[in-house]
Amino acid sequence: MQPEHQVFSSVDRLGLVCGQLLEPAELELSNIDQALGSLMSSRLDYADIYFQFTRFETWTVEDGIVKDGLHSVDHGVGVRAVSGEKTGFAYSDELNKSALTDAVEAARGIVRDKGDGRYKVATQTPTREFYPAVDPLTSLEDAEKVALLTDLDQQVRAMDERIIQVIGSLAGVYEAVLVQTSDGVLGVDVRPLVRLNVSVIMENNGRREQGYAGGGGRGSFSLFTETDRPSTIAKEAVRQAALNLEAIPAPAGNMPVVLGSGWPGILLHEAIGHGLEGDFNRKETSAFSGRIGERVASVECTVVDDGTLEGRRGSLTIDDEGTPTQCTTLIEGGVLRSYMHDKLNARLMKTCSTGNGRRESFAYPPMPRMTNTYMLPGEYDPQEIIESVDKGIYAPNFGGGQVDITSGKFVFSASEAYLIENGKTTAPVKGVMLIGSGPEVLARISMIGSDLELDPGVGVCGKDGQSVPVGVGQPTLRVDSLTVGGTES
Amino acid sequence: MDVNKVQQSLKNTAQEAVEHARKLGVEQAEAGVSYDEGFSVTVRLGELESIERQRDRGLAVTVYTKGRKGSASTTECSSVAVEETVRKAISIANFTSEDDYAGLAEPELMARELPDLDLYHPWAIGIVEAEALALRAEAAALGMDDRIKNSEGASVSTGKGVHVYANTHGFCEGYPTSSHSLSCGVIAEKDNSLERDYWVTVARAYQELDEPEKVGEEAASRTLRRLGARQISTCSVPVVFPAELARGLFGHLVAAIKGTSQYRKASFLLDAKGEQIFSDFIGIEEDPFIPRAMGSTAFDNEGVATQHRHLVEKGVLNGYVLSSYSARRLGMQTTGNSGGVHNLIVRSNAGSLDSLLKQCPEVFLVGELLGQGVNTVTGDYSRGAAGFWVEEGEIAYPVHEVTIAGNLREIFKGIRAVGSDVDLRGSIRCGSVLVEGLTVAGA
Repeated sequence: MQPEHQVFSSVDRLGLVCGQLLEPAELELSNIDQALGSLMSSRLDYADIYFQFTRFETWTVEDGIVKDGLHSVDHGVGVRAVSGEKTGFAYSDELNKSALTDAVEAARGIVRDKGDGRYKVATQTPTREFYPAVDPLTSLEDAEKVALLTDLDQQVRAMDERIIQVIGSLAGVYEAVLVQTSDGVLGVDVRPLVRLNVSVIMENNGRREQGYAGGGGRGSFSLFTETDRPSTIAKEAVRQAALNLEAIPAPAGNMPVVLGSGWPGILLHEAIGHGLEGDFNRKETSAFSGRIGERVASVECTVVDDGTLEGRRGSLTIDDEGTPTQCTTLIEGGVLRSYMHDKLNARLMKTCSTGNGRRESFAYPPMPRMTNTYMLPGEYDPQEIIESVDKGIYAPNFGGGQVDITSGKFVFSASEAYLIENGKTTAPVKGVMLIGSGPEVLARISMIGSDLELDPGVGVCGKDGQSVPVGVGQPTLRVDSLTVGGTES
Repeated sequence: MDVNKVQQSLKNTAQEAVEHARKLGVEQAEAGVSYDEGFSVTVRLGELESIERQRDRGLAVTVYTKGRKGSASTTECSSVAVEETVRKAISIANFTSEDDYAGLAEPELMARELPDLDLYHPWAIGIVEAEALALRAEAAALGMDDRIKNSEGASVSTGKGVHVYANTHGFCEGYPTSSHSLSCGVIAEKDNSLERDYWVTVARAYQELDEPEKVGEEAASRTLRRLGARQISTCSVPVVFPAELARGLFGHLVAAIKGTSQYRKASFLLDAKGEQIFSDFIGIEEDPFIPRAMGSTAFDNEGVATQHRHLVEKGVLNGYVLSSYSARRLGMQTTGNSGGVHNLIVRSNAGSLDSLLKQCPEVFLVGELLGQGVNTVTGDYSRGAAGFWVEEGEIAYPVHEVTIAGNLREIFKGIRAVGSDVDLRGSIRCGSVLVEGLTVAGA
């Protein structure tokens, strides 16, 4: 899927971003140079200044009409000063010279020693671009956005007479960032992001159940208008709700679990992804600390974090410290190869940033975060994997998850699951929580399917109060034993 | 900041927005404006780790024109930005559909009396002093036991701000608040296995924060007691939620009885008003007027006067949690809960956490809940957990990698005791809770 857009070159992007971020504030690139010089007059190892402009819009259909729309604008500058393991951080949502100076003073207060004021002259290096520099909000007329939602609502209602409630929402984000760093990087990026969600409530014989589906990515609303994705999402939400109406209570206890392809990759995000973020490993608070080169998963497992996938929700051309993103092999043939780093943790661990320095916005300091995390395919036919289980659970769809990175314990909640009896999927079971220990579960992955899929573009990852969009993916796989949190012993 | 000046300036901005909307011909408009500032200082392993300064402004405008609604928000509060935001809200309203239920709350419901709820206690503390407090907390934690091997750090944060709401009924009011916290998290090790836990104290006035040493010691002892955890076999057993987790159960109650869940039929307590949903002894009141409490306010997000009420009496649900919109949808009147509940107080019928643990021969005491796993439509509840196996009132051993599952309707009915060890750190105030009828899944 590759919608057509007008694509700007890097130089044009710099002009575009400066025009949006700096000109209205009567700032020039030379003012950022001066601010960096002023920061480095304290003895720092590193400093950066991050300008951001964000416009967000969402429309909601409920009761068959679009009764609400919200538009929001946010901009500001974040200033960070780093010395050893220390970070000073301040931001301003006012954009002008005095606010910038004020933030610089506040941030550099982290160290009292004087520096020489020197920093590396910033240059913009050409980077590959993984999404178009478009503004999704203006890619479609408001009337067309409303029509998309009301059409979708009618489509959904016509699918099943048991539907009593439909809520759909269409959201778009336009984000322009400019980051200049003391190690000589001038990075600019224009980041579009769109998303469409549908939730359905169905009622039958006094029982009510919900179904939910969504999708999106980095691009314009043509992701929805020029494809059949809206109806795919609608059908999926209806299918989920109908299935839940039939679901029986889930079993409780340890058993083999077959996870479907795509969004169930949230397993990797929770079970190992967070535990491989550089900050936890530098501080040695992760269950994976000090284990590079060790076997941490079964030999079939190869897991990567890849910020370079075209148009994906978790993709970035550059991270929020101006480092180009890359495809980092985290686990290769079961052996732990790399952590994910931002600049601060890479420097302290004497390695290089892997382009994983991300922040929710200018108002938060960056830290190591995932982009798109997925497992490479194996050789099994997915059907063969299900057939290998006598008694267990097949879970092709999930809600959210959470991990305690220190103990390695993680959970993720199945929103669609079936009993497997004698190698066949039988009754659907109610939404259920699965819990395991990251390092142990990875060692219990015994079969990996050939059907690698990425999620539809709905992931949001939270860490230390900061949310960022991410992607996950995996082929169908078998975990020999996981604890299933049902009610039936 | 001069709080009176800030409040006046926010009021001017809010009124400017509302007036501008009226000038552009909308029937109704409302504006919320806020300003917050503060900082946090984090130390780790005896060294300063970070200083973060926060300063945020925000303006949110909603307009209603011919029954159509549009909203816009911005972080810039100049006159130009205010006008642009209003125009954007109106342009959105040009495309939304007419909704008979949309609009401001009725003018006669606006709050007239605004008691001083004592919510503003700025903390005149500098970075160096904050660092010293955080260091004391962490030192207490690290010094408690040799098995405490590492630290996630200790933080002191302080914040204050002003929030103002205005609408075309002529309502324009605001008030300042403050909130301070001190937290500490540490890691313990035994036999190559690591456990972490933390503790935090939160208050409107810094004088009410716990001493740094107490926070550090609590963080350390909570971490230590998790060492050596094992899985237990799947069983049905009485479960005790300590106060800090028990309030989550009542949070699920609020989610199920709030107006949007009711009119969308997205609740396991649909139309449950008047129904007995708890045992006889359960009473829950809402008191928005407790001085210094985290959930106190004299008016809600629509300017509606909040009210002291008995939400649950003798186990019977007396009402819902409504905004003016959801109230109109349900043919009721708003309960002044646009934006949420304002101090829910769950009556206790028992003593300390220890006394609850002694009520049954075997108990699973929850230490931590992981993941969402709560379905408000069906009430199905399935969460990851760690905790403790308790025999005859004494902790026998720590437990990890289990789930607890049931249905909230049965969980609510199965509440046998509510302790008097009330957690005051949030807007739901309750003690520890003993529940029967949950499945703990493990090996």
